[in-house]
Amino acid sequence: MLRVDDLTVRQPATGRTLLSGVSFEVAPGESVAIVGESGSGKSLTVRALLGLLPGGLESHGQVVIDGQRVDDDPRARRRQRGGTVSLLMQDPFTLLNPLRKAGRQIADGLPSGADPKAEVPRLLAEVGLPAEVAERYPFQLSGGMRQRVGLAAALAAAPRVLVADEPTTALDATTQREVLALIRRVQRERDMTFLLITHDLRLAFSMCDRIMVMYAGRVMEVGRAAELREEQHHPYTRALLAAEPPADRRLAVIPSVPGSVPAHDAVADRCGFADRCAHAVAACRVGVPELRSIGAAGVPEARPLDGGRLSACVRAEELPVAPAPPLGVAATPRGAAEPILDIRDLRKTYPGASRPALAGVSLSVAPGEIVAVVGESGSGKTTLARCVTGLERPDSGTVLLDGGDCSDYTRMTRQAVRRARRTAQMIFQDPYSTLNPARTVGATLKEALAADGRPPDVGALLDLVGLDPALAALRPANLSGGERQRVAIARAVAGEPRLLVCDEPVSALDVSVQAQVLTLLAGLRERLSMGMLFITHDLAVVRQLADRLYVLRAGECLESGPVQRVLDAPDHPYTRKLLDSVPDGSSAWPGQSSE
Amino acid sequence: MGWAGFLLRRFAGTAAVVLLLSVGVFLLLYLAPGSIQQTLLGTRPATAETIAAIQARHHLNDPVALQYLRWFGDVLRGDLGTSIRTGMPVSDMLGQRLPLTLALVGYGTLLAALAGIPLGVLGALRRGRVTDRLVVTAGVVGLSAPPFAVGLLLLVVFALWLGWFPVYGTGQGAGDQLWHLTLPAAALALGAVGLLIRFGRAALVREMEQDYVVFARARGLSGPLVLGYAMRNSLVPILTAAGLVVTGMLAGTVLVEVTFALPGLGSLLVDSVTFKDVPVVQALALLLTVLISGVNLLVDIGYSIIDPRVRLGRSVS
Repeated sequence: MLRVDDLTVRQPATGRTLLSGVSFEVAPGESVAIVGESGSGKSLTVRALLGLLPGGLESHGQVVIDGQRVDDDPRARRRQRGGTVSLLMQDPFTLLNPLRKAGRQIADGLPSGADPKAEVPRLLAEVGLPAEVAERYPFQLSGGMRQRVGLAAALAAAPRVLVADEPTTALDATTQREVLALIRRVQRERDMTFLLITHDLRLAFSMCDRIMVMYAGRVMEVGRAAELREEQHHPYTRALLAAEPPADRRLAVIPSVPGSVPAHDAVADRCGFADRCAHAVAACRVGVPELRSIGAAGVPEARPLDGGRLSACVRAEELPVAPAPPLGVAATPRGAAEPILDIRDLRKTYPGASRPALAGVSLSVAPGEIVAVVGESGSGKTTLARCVTGLERPDSGTVLLDGGDCSDYTRMTRQAVRRARRTAQMIFQDPYSTLNPARTVGATLKEALAADGRPPDVGALLDLVGLDPALAALRPANLSGGERQRVAIARAVAGEPRLLVCDEPVSALDVSVQAQVLTLLAGLRERLSMGMLFITHDLAVVRQLADRLYVLRAGECLESGPVQRVLDAPDHPYTRKLLDSVPDGSSAWPGQSSE
Repeated sequence: MGWAGFLLRRFAGTAAVVLLLSVGVFLLLYLAPGSIQQTLLGTRPATAETIAAIQARHHLNDPVALQYLRWFGDVLRGDLGTSIRTGMPVSDMLGQRLPLTLALVGYGTLLAALAGIPLGVLGALRRGRVTDRLVVTAGVVGLSAPPFAVGLLLLVVFALWLGWFPVYGTGQGAGDQLWHLTLPAAALALGAVGLLIRFGRAALVREMEQDYVVFARARGLSGPLVLGYAMRNSLVPILTAAGLVVTGMLAGTVLVEVTFALPGLGSLLVDSVTFKDVPVVQALALLLTVLISGVNLLVDIGYSIIDPRVRLGRSVS
């Protein structure tokens, strides 16, 4: 149904090559996942496949869709879009035209001659939405509803191939599960060919028949989902799978790979993963390893592109079996030390909001303890973090930081505010906007050290967060997302605060980088004996890092307790629902669509 | 919150702005150099009788607040005072000259929109190619050329050398008037064209890269339909620019009317300021305030027609 042969994407203006040598086939009715971290080239591959590359990029290589060669024929491409192949994009908040009612946007994609009055409600029903959604504007719908409208619009012209580019990454865990179940149901009912782009290997195992793993603009490994899940023939696939923390058990250390995804051109003459690979040998660096067939006994198969196992590792057959990572135990509850943070009955309602963001939340963090606050969007978890650090003023309730009342920063003396700021520091979610782009890393950190009256030893501080002191001379634009988040952590811990408030600090990072940052945070807790208030939506992260957790929904705390107890035997049905939303890699997940 | 509430709030806001600025306009009388009596007397001899007459007529012995209220009450009744220079009621003078200035601004805006918006769209669609570079250069030239200099240049080229358009005057009858107003309107429009090219091109370039445009193309929507999506979304910045254009032109008429010797509000303002004809200056300032507030009100209403989020509020979901 789809065939891509030796696809290359280049940026002529800079002479950079972003991906090369990508070949794959998808049979009619088959579902294939392309898995990789950011920078792997997975999204560019499908954009090139559809002829929708961003401006300034061009692609070479044969693309055959539905038996027709289209890479040299823009007209054929245009004809095929919608009816033959359609794309569902990542961000439900930008995917729809904000100024057009949902129903009309769906109707725009209907084939000519179709009756919108009949077809639009039918499509909405297919994606589990009531017919009146047609009369709403996108901004009047939730993220999950928007993504369903997007799916209905993508399906309007009855495509035979559906390409979905990270369709649920921007959604809450429970919504993600519902939307994925819906996509799979629709795909099966319509017998569509399905190409899924995702960063989450376990999600890919659950959703697709076959998997293609990409890294630094090349294909690393291809195989059937079930086989790939059992045994990986490329060290990168292994590392990727290992870095995704499990939600059902705590590991002593999350296996993380040092470094980050290199640019395609930086590794043009060798295996892209060699520099980060524990199994690398000299042969890995003398040339780009070819993607080759791995038979049951190393025998090449007749049709390598169709269902066989492929790996681009020169040592694919001889890779040692990876040992299961050792399990860890959650820290024993600390003694009855005076809590560093004590929140009592905190309430906050934003002006004009229909319900409170926080409806009476109480919580405490002991010195050196990591306390997770888990919830989906709208749960009030970020408001809670902002109230603790004085970025929002609660309507009522108290926030005690190290015994001092910090409920209302505007009524505190200058000294008291200073003391509070030295006690509690914050790390924000988005590493790309958290640092001042105009200042060097060194200047930012020096300022943080000076604010606490410490000597400006930026090198030692960078060392503490595992960064090269030479980075001090750079500006944030020259750093990767993981490096920026480390700088943000360094800035927060410069004054050795006794409490670190982390608002989703790893949710914007790739899994391999997420594992590094989580390891760093766990290490910092030991070395600086900081308490941490860790805001997150990800129960797997909670399992790995936290000692206790609070589950928030709609501003109310539903359940709290030691991590092991709550996650092994949740009391509240909502906690169970959240746990079920974590992809487990089995073909039973995400389960039946509820409609 | 629907249309009625939205319009009511916008009108109330505009009224508040005009009211606030009217205080400033009234105080112009006190800001003018020299004593108020002298200002109001103008070139008439300052005898005890004339001063007493002025004081009685303008109630200069009352508290300032009361004077303001009385003046504003007169304004609301359409009495803008008497011109010191001509002795005519100010409202009559404005009434004679307003139509010409409005026609000039309307004509100029029309020319600017007809040239600027299509050129901006053309530049955006041909981004990075020769056409685009030409369009952008033309925009920069238009933006940086001062209207009076452009006016002189147009006069020399099109009126003196080529003789296609008249040098000055307003003409008789609709067609003739249009012919007379073309050069001044073009002089006014040139800068506006540059602004509209810039805003329009930048907005459309940004919208064409948005996810919803890529998504629309990916599911096979036709080219014109996709362009329609992007155009509608770039209308908000274009409308902002159009509002700036109209208000800028109201101010720009001063220079252009003088250059082309047109009897509009602009040349009246110049004459009145020269003669320290404070009542006329006050009336003109107030009129411009109302016109500019009116334009801004129209722009606000335009936003809400284009973008439902403005009138329906964002925080529904």
